[in-house]
Amino acid sequence: MKKTIAFRTAAAASALGLALTLAACGGTDGTDASTEAGGTDAQQDEAVTAESALTLEDGWVKAVDKDHGMTAVFGTLKNSSDQDIHFTGAESSVAGMAELHETVEDNSGSTKMQEKEGGFVIPAGGELKLEPGGDHIMLMKLKEGIEPGAEVTTTLKTDAGDLDVTVPAKEFAGAQEEYDQGDGSDMDHGDMDHGDHDGHDHGDEEDGHDH
Amino acid sequence: MEIDRRRLLGASALGVGAGAAGAGLGFLTGRQQPAATAQPQPDTSGLNGAQIEPFYGAHQSGVETIPQAHAMFVSLTRKDDTDVTRLIRMLKLLTDDAALMTQGAAPLADTEPELNERPARLTVTFGFARGLVELAGSQHVPGWLGPLPAFGIDRLEDRLCRGDLLLQVCGDDPFTIAHAVRMLLKDARAFMDVAWSRSSFRRSYGSDPQGTTTRNLFGQVDGTANPGPGSEDFARLVWGKTLGQASPVFSARGEPPLDLAADYPEWLRGGTSLVLRDIDMNLATWDEADRPAREFSIGRDLKKGAPMTGTEEHDIPDLEATDDKGFTIISPASHVARSRNNAAPEQQIFRRVYNYHSVPDAADAATGPTGSAIVGKTGLMFASYQASVERQFLPIQKRLDEVDLLNQWTAPIGSTVWAIPPGAAEGEYIGQALFES
Repeated sequence: MKKTIAFRTAAAASALGLALTLAACGGTDGTDASTEAGGTDAQQDEAVTAESALTLEDGWVKAVDKDHGMTAVFGTLKNSSDQDIHFTGAESSVAGMAELHETVEDNSGSTKMQEKEGGFVIPAGGELKLEPGGDHIMLMKLKEGIEPGAEVTTTLKTDAGDLDVTVPAKEFAGAQEEYDQGDGSDMDHGDMDHGDHDGHDHGDEEDGHDH
Repeated sequence: MEIDRRRLLGASALGVGAGAAGAGLGFLTGRQQPAATAQPQPDTSGLNGAQIEPFYGAHQSGVETIPQAHAMFVSLTRKDDTDVTRLIRMLKLLTDDAALMTQGAAPLADTEPELNERPARLTVTFGFARGLVELAGSQHVPGWLGPLPAFGIDRLEDRLCRGDLLLQVCGDDPFTIAHAVRMLLKDARAFMDVAWSRSSFRRSYGSDPQGTTTRNLFGQVDGTANPGPGSEDFARLVWGKTLGQASPVFSARGEPPLDLAADYPEWLRGGTSLVLRDIDMNLATWDEADRPAREFSIGRDLKKGAPMTGTEEHDIPDLEATDDKGFTIISPASHVARSRNNAAPEQQIFRRVYNYHSVPDAADAATGPTGSAIVGKTGLMFASYQASVERQFLPIQKRLDEVDLLNQWTAPIGSTVWAIPPGAAEGEYIGQALFES
């Protein structure tokens, strides 16, 4: 099955002109991998780096106007190594801020998005699915709009170093909840009236995305 | 009823190989081809939903591909702010979508990924009109790429003659096509507007033995004279190249020349041209013609499509044969006599036609010549592939425009001309040689 997955990924990536063998920044730009782990107790094997172990398959980002202010990156992060990798954060030149988000059910039974405290663990030989309505990488305070078909590079920060991934932007009607910042700053756009999505509001952390 | 994806993707890898190694061999993969004379039989080769056609290869699929049961033609016009940079982005997105969906895989960000699991020979064929090619520079525009000369028979509607990009989406399952078109248009809509679209059909998969010449809704056998996919005739007449066989066999029409694509710009080599005529068929007046008149107008019988001078469909029409009164048996004004020029073997085309039909509601009610209500709007998407519009299509069309008894019942209402770029290799997008030359 590995072969079929590889074919599919190659087809997806190659037509879009994306390199899936992605450049890693960790360890070469002065940010030592062990410090990137942020003091976690993850065991490090010198041989395992995000560059060698992680791939983002079928990655994409939702195309948005600059006014929307936010978007999200999706795809399947695969860990080919025999060690867990701790995915701790992200940054992108197109965004003033990036966070790792999860979708959780609150006490009322509705779901809401929130920052994933401590990030995600991508298990050894396993994967982390980033998808609309689930876990994802939030890009906030966008500096520019992201046009359909444009390519966006995001740096994934892990305890095994950094990994740059470049994904195409797709027009997508879903994945709306992440625009509900809850701090009111981006709520005055007519096309973003999510009044019926209260369950997705970050109401209890008013300024959660504004620090 | 899960399809074994390994089988799907394994087969697709095979298809890609075939496409790359030998152009146009894709149609041979996956299924044995019964002889044209085979009796109808149940399909024993497995689910048709699992059948795939290659995407990558020297030529785009959907031309030499044995015609699938259904086709949706979508013509799009470029938005003003779609420049070359944006166009390339779009072509990458659409190529990627097509490469995945035709192989039974979900494209990126598909909200209904399960709908890709029955490709059923899905193909997506891209066509570029003059307006699109000009963006890359006027030096890349072949002289023939643009509207055809006006013909007396034309009843063209402006709307149906527009378009910069054509998506010809074919498959044996209209369900799959609906989803594929939706996904393609979701990625195209930021860059393009839809000018027109047509959903059209032939016989359903499995109704006819493979190799059966299709019929149109006049009841005529339609396409008997087509060059056969995989033949030297086809290679020369459609791709403008030779298969390089030691002793090629040609049809009774003679040996087509080798240079029909000689004037192609570099980016179009490996491609072809498509003249797409949307032909209205007036079944209300056709109803007035009795069977002998219908057959006389075509020069063929309706039962088998056999020429009036023969007994079987593939008998060669004898345009000289006369009856005991001295009249030619096949009328010189008949469709067969007018469309055929036995002295000019290059004057052949490959027609890959699809029918459409809709029923007018009370708001569109009209009456036919006998005062009865018209019960259908019927037509034919006449997709004519040929290497040279000027040397192959136009001489035939000019003759038919002058005289063709069939013109009494048909009228072109849409007309577009497309350059069909060559296929893409893995890692490329359709049209890359044009926009990055």
